[in-house]
This record gives sequence, structure tokens and C-alpha cells, in this order.
Amino acid sequence: MASLVAAPSPSPDEPSPVQPGWELLSQGAEARVYGCTVFGLPAVAKHRFRKTYRHPEIDSKLRKERTLAEARCLAKCAELGIRAPAVLVADTARHALYLERVAGLTGKAYVDEHRWKRPARVADMLRRFGEAVAVLHDAGLTHGDLTTSNVICEAAADGGLESLALIDFGLGSLSSTPEDKAVDLYVLERALISTHRDADEMWDAVRDAYREKSADPAPTLTRLDAVRARGRKRECFG
Amino acid sequence: MFLVDNLPPLRADETVVALGIEGSANKVGVGIVRYDGEYAILSNPRETYVTPPGSGFRPRETTARHHQRRVAPLIARCLADAGVRGEDVDCVCYTRGSGARARARVDAGPATSAPAQARLWRVPLVPVNHCVAHIEMGRVATAASDPVVLYVSGGNTQVLAYSGDRYRIFGETVDIAVGNCLDRFARAVGLSNDPSPGLNVERAAARGRALVPLPYGVKGMDVSFSGLLTHAEARARRRPSPGAATAEDLCFSLQETIFAMLVEVTERAMAHCGRKDVLLVGGVGCNARLQAMMADMARGRGGACCKMDQRYCIDNGAMIAQAGIFAYQHGARTPLAACDCTQRFRTDDVRAIWRKGTDR
Repeated sequence: MASLVAAPSPSPDEPSPVQPGWELLSQGAEARVYGCTVFGLPAVAKHRFRKTYRHPEIDSKLRKERTLAEARCLAKCAELGIRAPAVLVADTARHALYLERVAGLTGKAYVDEHRWKRPARVADMLRRFGEAVAVLHDAGLTHGDLTTSNVICEAAADGGLESLALIDFGLGSLSSTPEDKAVDLYVLERALISTHRDADEMWDAVRDAYREKSADPAPTLTRLDAVRARGRKRECFG
Repeated sequence: MFLVDNLPPLRADETVVALGIEGSANKVGVGIVRYDGEYAILSNPRETYVTPPGSGFRPRETTARHHQRRVAPLIARCLADAGVRGEDVDCVCYTRGSGARARARVDAGPATSAPAQARLWRVPLVPVNHCVAHIEMGRVATAASDPVVLYVSGGNTQVLAYSGDRYRIFGETVDIAVGNCLDRFARAVGLSNDPSPGLNVERAAARGRALVPLPYGVKGMDVSFSGLLTHAEARARRRPSPGAATAEDLCFSLQETIFAMLVEVTERAMAHCGRKDVLLVGGVGCNARLQAMMADMARGRGGACCKMDQRYCIDNGAMIAQAGIFAYQHGARTPLAACDCTQRFRTDDVRAIWRKGTDR
């Protein structure tokens, strides 16, 4: 079978933006995030490095599109006052974004940390999550990959939640229809179910906050039922 | 074969023999798995219903008849090959769902032959989820204890991982399955269904060179193929006008695009739940290009893509026996009257009781 593999020819190495002394913070599905400083500010460098598994043309197109999409969405967030990391520098030639460093636990870690001892904090976080998504959608933005791994909980002085920052807008877009928004929510609902034990209550909390905060939630939530039905139908043949 | 962990110690001096019957899609298979301290497949014959060129899998009539005719001889052959007598079988496992057969004809072969055999031998009947069977056979075959699983077949496209007593679906297709997409495209460019349309797409793709841009549909950990298929079919219809992409180029582009999507969502699930290894199961998992891409991705995360044997990737009886024997050994008993078949049976409906205590 090995003879069937038509591996694309490797493209010449592109220059890497990574500097000595940068600390690798995480490796997501499409980028490595390093700790660094920009203009003396604590920052992160998000480098969409080459994925050798995919065809070079698909790879460079995706990395370019997503770096730009993320920069655009983050700029729009800043304009609208939605809490998200500020873009400090965009180096599109090397598929790297330099972003403000947002300190705090991810939503997922925050839930695991507080769910037993301080459930009220988790409830507060989920409410703010729903509100943040509502504001985002009302502004005509969709995130594309809403999960509890893609929010950062910034701690207040008393250990509670100061603010909630949305991160990872690589799959985000500026055009948004009820369908796009509904799929956005569907992705979030599914991520909660697969990640957290009491996902049903968590989802209810997020959705209720969304419904309250959004100026016009009905079309999106109606559409969500259709999207959900479409998903559930998918269990037919072996 | 030997399972690394995940099971409370079973008595090594105990021997358990399970017979599994699969017939939920275009294949009918019977397999025997024996436990005597470790798990071994004794015999695993199967037959495939190949449809005529230009037509797809027809669940109701022709495939049902095919399976009905073949299942009894397959059981006899399986027992003879394994050197096992009917009375040595401890439990009979069957595919409860999901699948076409289940809904199409409850009187069809595997659905009734399993209860008949269980009654004949006076042994318990164990209902098995088809996808869970793929996963458990894969875990035993590759000794991957806790991987992220990409299940890709003619009817399913799911990214799964074990979490909180069951296999959770992290991502899946929002429209058609990847195998369905490949099969339909094979028909659009006139490729044969023998031995399988997917394999013929793979062979044609190996001769393709030029990449035709196709829509790339990823939403979080979900994928979408229907728009991409429509686009690719439209390109295929433009042939053979001068300058149009060849069938080989289109197969190549289709594979490169949809496999990139699948590897990406698998990697996103791995990053999300902090796991390093991948297990590829289901018929499309046999594709060498997909395996190579997945292995490349997993290496980049310090893990591995477990090499899946063709015999286990494709639907067969032994995988049903394997998942069934786990449930049986951990005390699952279902009254005969409650043993039904259902077309809708989601992977996350099953409590994986045999993995209890391996939660994270």
C-alpha cells in the first residue's frame, strides 16, 4: 500500500520568526504560541508554522487566510470593546501575530479549579461567556472554534473573575448570518458536552446569558435547532 | 494480542470464547475471539456485497438478501476454521447499531441469526455498538491505551476520545460522511466499485499531480463535505474539455483537501484534550495517504498514529466479538427480549464499563 502514497514535494524552508529565548507556551492545532516581549510589553507570538502533512499549496493558503482572519477579528474586537488580546504586530509574511499577553486560566482549567469548591464562580464565568458571544455575534463576528479552551479568565484581586477574554480567532469571520452564528453556538455546545461532566447545565447557563444579552437572539436560536437536528441525523450506516 | 491496561485483572486461567456477527453495511462477517489471559482472533471470515458499476450501496433489498444467504455458511466456516465447537461459545455478540441493516429488515440475516445461535447454544446475547467495536478492536490490535480516535467510513466521520465513562464525540461531519463523499465522487468520474470505490480513488489519486483548489470546510472540530463534493463533481463534469483537470488530478485534490481537514480536526481534538496518540479506524482508515498524513501530524506532537491493520479497519465479525467480550467479561447481560437493532445508536450512548477506572 505504501507505493500508493503520493506525498507532495516539500517546499523550500521559509524563514522562521522564532527568536532565541522565546518560551513555548502551547502548541494548538495550527500554531505554536511563544512568550516574548514587544516594545517592552509582555506579549505572545503566535506562529502558524508549516504543517508538513498537508499539501504545500493548501498549507500556505490556510496559514495566510487564518493569520489575516485572526488579525481582522481581533482588530474588530478592539474597536467594539470586546475583550480579546490586542494585536501588537502582524507579520503576515512569516505567518506570525504578536499579541498582548492575557494572563489567566483557560475556561476549561477554571471550571476544573472551581467546580466543586466555588460553583458560583463557574456560573459567573459561563454567564459572561454567553454574554461575550452575544456581543460578538451582534457585532457581525463569528468565532468558529468556541470551546472552553479558547477563553482566558482574568483573575480579580479577590480571586474571582475580573474579565473574560476570547482568544484563537483563526477560524473567525466577519460575515455572519443566523446560520453561521448557530453553527458557532453548536460547536460550543458540542465542545461542552465532550469536555465537561455537567455539560447540560453549563450549556443552559451559556445559552440563557446569550439570549438575554443579544439584541436579536431568536433567529439564531431557532436556526440552532435546525443545525442540531442536522447533526443528530448523522448516525445512519456503519 | 495483549492489552496494556484499562481492564481490571481478569482470571488468567479462565477461557472465554465470543462469536461476533457483523452485517450493518455492505459486508457480512463472523469472527471468533478467545480470551485465555490475552485476546486472540481465531477466525474472521467475511463477504462483501459489491454493487454494479455506477450504483451505490442499497441497504434494503439486495444487500439484505445477500447477507441473509451468506450468514449461516459463514458461521459454519468460522467455527470450522477456528476449531471451535458451537457448545464452546460463551456468548454471541451482534451489531445492535448503528447501521442500515438494523432498520431495513429485522428479519435479515445477522439480526436474527445471532438470537437463533444464542438460543441454540443457550448462551447470552451481547448487543454491540458498531463504532465502539472498531475502537476496541483497534485498541487491542495496536495496544494504544487511550488515543484520540478518528472513525472514518462510508457512513460515519467522528473524532472521539474516552472521557467520563464513555467515548465522547468531539467532532463529526455536519453533513455527509467522508466515505460517502469519496464513493460518490468515484461514481462521478466513472471509477469501478470493485474492490471498493475508495481504493480506486486512492489509486487514481496516486497518479494525480496538479492541485485543484476545493472548498475547505472546518468549523471547530466539525467538518463539512457536501459543498466540496458538489464543487468537485462540477469540475469532473467539465472533462474532457481542453485544459480541464484530469480525473487523476481531481482524485488527488479531493484526497489532499478532505484528508487535510480530517487531520486538522483530529489535531484540534488532541490539543483540546491533551492526548498524543491517534487511532484511525473505519474503512477510509485503510487509505495510505491518510495514514501517512496522520502519522506526520502525530509525530509533530510527540505521539504516534497507531498503524491499523486492514483486517481490523474494515467491518468484520471479530471486532464485534472483541467489544462484546469486554462487556460480557465485565458483567453486561441483556435479556434476549431486549436485544433489538436500531439504526440510530450514537457512540456516546454506550457506557464503556470495561474501561471503568481509567478515567482522566
